[in-house]
Amino acid sequence: MRLAEWIDVGRIDELGRLDTPVHRLDARAKAVTVLAYIACVMSYHRYEVVALAPLALFPIVMSSLGRIPWGFLWRRMLVAAPFVLAVAVFNPLLDRAQVTALGPIGISGGWLSFSSIMLRFVLTVSAALALIACTGIYDLCSGMERLGLPGIFASQILFLHRYLFVLGDEAQRLARGLAVRGFRPRVLRLRVYGSLLGHMLLRSVARAERIYCAMVARGFDGTIRTQRPGMLRLSDAAFVFGWAGYFAAARAWNLSALLGDWLVRVAR
Amino acid sequence: MTEPILEARDLHYSYPDGTEALRGVSFSVASGEALAVVGANGAGKSTLLLHLNGYLQPSRGELRLKGQPVTPATVGQARRAVGMVFEDPDDQLFMPTVHEDVAFGPLNFGVPYEEIDQRTSQALAQAGAAHLKDRPPYMLSAGEKRAVTIATALALQPEILVLDEPSSHLDPRGRRRLIELLKALPQTRIVATHDLELVVEVCSRVIVIDSGVIAAVGETVELLNDEELMLAHGLERPHILRHLHPH
Amino acid sequence: MHMADALVSPAVGGTMWGVSAAAIAYSARKVKLQRKDSLVPLMGVLGAFVFAAQMINFTIPGTGSSGHIAGGLLLAILLGPEAAFLVIASVLVVQAFFFADGGLLALGCNMFNMGFFPAFIAYPFVYRVLVRKQYAAPRGWVAAVAAAVVALLLGAFSVVVETKASGISALPFGTFVMLMLPIHFAIGIVEGLATAAVVLFVARARPEVLAGGEPAAGRRRSLRPVLIGLLIAAGLVGGALSWFASTHPDGLEWSIAGLTGHTELAQQADTAHQKLAQVQGGSAIMPDYGFKRPGAAGQHGAARAAPAWPAVSPETSLSGLLGGLLTLVLAVLVGLALRTRRAPGAHTTVGR
Repeated sequence: MRLAEWIDVGRIDELGRLDTPVHRLDARAKAVTVLAYIACVMSYHRYEVVALAPLALFPIVMSSLGRIPWGFLWRRMLVAAPFVLAVAVFNPLLDRAQVTALGPIGISGGWLSFSSIMLRFVLTVSAALALIACTGIYDLCSGMERLGLPGIFASQILFLHRYLFVLGDEAQRLARGLAVRGFRPRVLRLRVYGSLLGHMLLRSVARAERIYCAMVARGFDGTIRTQRPGMLRLSDAAFVFGWAGYFAAARAWNLSALLGDWLVRVAR
Repeated sequence: MTEPILEARDLHYSYPDGTEALRGVSFSVASGEALAVVGANGAGKSTLLLHLNGYLQPSRGELRLKGQPVTPATVGQARRAVGMVFEDPDDQLFMPTVHEDVAFGPLNFGVPYEEIDQRTSQALAQAGAAHLKDRPPYMLSAGEKRAVTIATALALQPEILVLDEPSSHLDPRGRRRLIELLKALPQTRIVATHDLELVVEVCSRVIVIDSGVIAAVGETVELLNDEELMLAHGLERPHILRHLHPH
Repeated sequence: MHMADALVSPAVGGTMWGVSAAAIAYSARKVKLQRKDSLVPLMGVLGAFVFAAQMINFTIPGTGSSGHIAGGLLLAILLGPEAAFLVIASVLVVQAFFFADGGLLALGCNMFNMGFFPAFIAYPFVYRVLVRKQYAAPRGWVAAVAAAVVALLLGAFSVVVETKASGISALPFGTFVMLMLPIHFAIGIVEGLATAAVVLFVARARPEVLAGGEPAAGRRRSLRPVLIGLLIAAGLVGGALSWFASTHPDGLEWSIAGLTGHTELAQQADTAHQKLAQVQGGSAIMPDYGFKRPGAAGQHGAARAAPAWPAVSPETSLSGLLGGLLTLVLAVLVGLALRTRRAPGAHTTVGR
């Protein structure tokens, strides 16, 4: 986790605070739709590739309306891709039986499933990113709490997020302090490492005690109370049911094939 | 003689590891006054402050708020009546946005949802931070954070405001804003600080703490001008007094 | 070890979501019952600490490479199992959303693989048992390494089981296991060393910090949730092993049939399976790929003639591909149109 990734975390927060039609939708509606989307994408047979294409519309529309830069999404995806690639690459190696053909070129099942995996990766990761970038962590946690997420877990996520930057800054300062004194962080010996992390840990614990003191000073009694998030509106329902309908249609019928067939017929 | 709003009687306190932090501290604060608590590091300032809202309970002695003793049973009232502003704003701003942080206190004390927005707006306006309402805390400057922490304390409409090193990490403009704010606030103010220039500008009375006891109490200028006294307790005479009251 | 959505089926993802949700609910209740309000900020800050700690590497003795701590075991030592599980789960949530490290559908799997084993198995049954409150060397090192290795091996095995159960990757079970386990054994050693290094420092500086994880004197730890968890783990392991040893139909087909009931899809699957089965007979490189064997009774009932070529005309698949590409292009155009609808400079942040 390097500086570039930290900056991107801040960027996602910034994006979450924009004001667009998508941002104004209720977090619960968006979360449910995205989860349904991911489940839909993953429910296809392993060899399906082109049938998945219509589903690309969802993250594309979300990110466009939500003003999330595509380059940003792409960068985040690239970072996460290696592990999936490493597993997916075995498919074409192991599954070499020809299953279909593109004109004179035979295509093995392995290549189909590989393409499918990578396409699904792009779709699911972009949907997840779109969700957080269009909603913001606070609204998302509040919404999930309304849906049954335990309060203490929701607060935990929010606290973690809040202090991510604070502790990240401290860690970077400590690391710089070491660098100035001649230690390069890469070659920390275990004992020095234990001491450095130990110090960081104790400072974190001390900070937690001070935060607790400040919380108690303002009446904290164990429960984090938040103002009620808004009611669900027609636009939220329209969003959920509209997209659900589209997902169902894409799932039930191979829209790509239909479109392709129609094109071919028209071209004749 | 009107009753002091806050009265400490012979406070003693030792930390769990045995260190004696307070060894018999007694003083009183009049309603509406601005009192400074000064002393060298480790003298016991912060420990004393943590007693004022009941967070720490003295091992001996008593603290009286508006005539009533502060005990574990009455601690809730103490927290509402005594607003605390801590040294590190990041310790105090733990919610995702400024608005949530300012609303935290009122929500805990059962202020109805309909009134919350009004309370937070009021507190933020008083602290000069109304425009920061929807910002996340990590995007604020030190001065802005300081103003917001004061707002979080003001949101409970306390009678007493206690501040621990409020001017640390502030640039000159931020510090100037803080000083003007402190001068303008109507509440009783108790400020623990190393910033002796601020004390001269804001506070009418000063308590000097040294090694867990009160070494001196008195009018600000008189006390802080006493070079011998200042040096004896790990302090020094503030520069501003050298010009205003040349010896 | 983070699993991406692209390799997890809805069935597996949903199941593990249920398991993890139950674990979160249980842990949340347990933590609330402890009535230690100060845990709330501590858990939050320690979660952030994990992220900060992962930025710092140390050299692994004996090798040239460096490693960093993951933090699960350390959290359990500091907070006890339930609170640690919540913190690990929250770290995974933030990683999934902000770092695209692990998918949303797979979140339940990840919480189980990386949270349940260190917090509820390795910590109480390996670390605590070995350490017995004596954190100093050499006991501290041994306990931490042993516990971390156990946690990581169990986690890695779960990853394999869940991936195979999803039926998307072609890696055979045996190969996958042989790849994952040795790597994660090594990672476990690294994790144990890093954990022990920190614990030993803290034990000398502020030992009371470590007391957070110790069960209070006299408090009987309920075994029921751990037993349930062990049963689930045992079920997964046992089920996986017996499943691959048997000649039952591929679980994927069951889930496909159950989910869609779509005959066209089944036909496609059929012809593909047929072809593959034919080929497999000849090339026995990886015999346990898991596809249906020829001649086995199936739900599909399609004719079992063995065509030399699947009945797919080149024209049909070409038009399908064309349609797919066009769909993508259309989607992108729609997206671009929606973007440029707004006037430039309308980039405002409006308060709630």
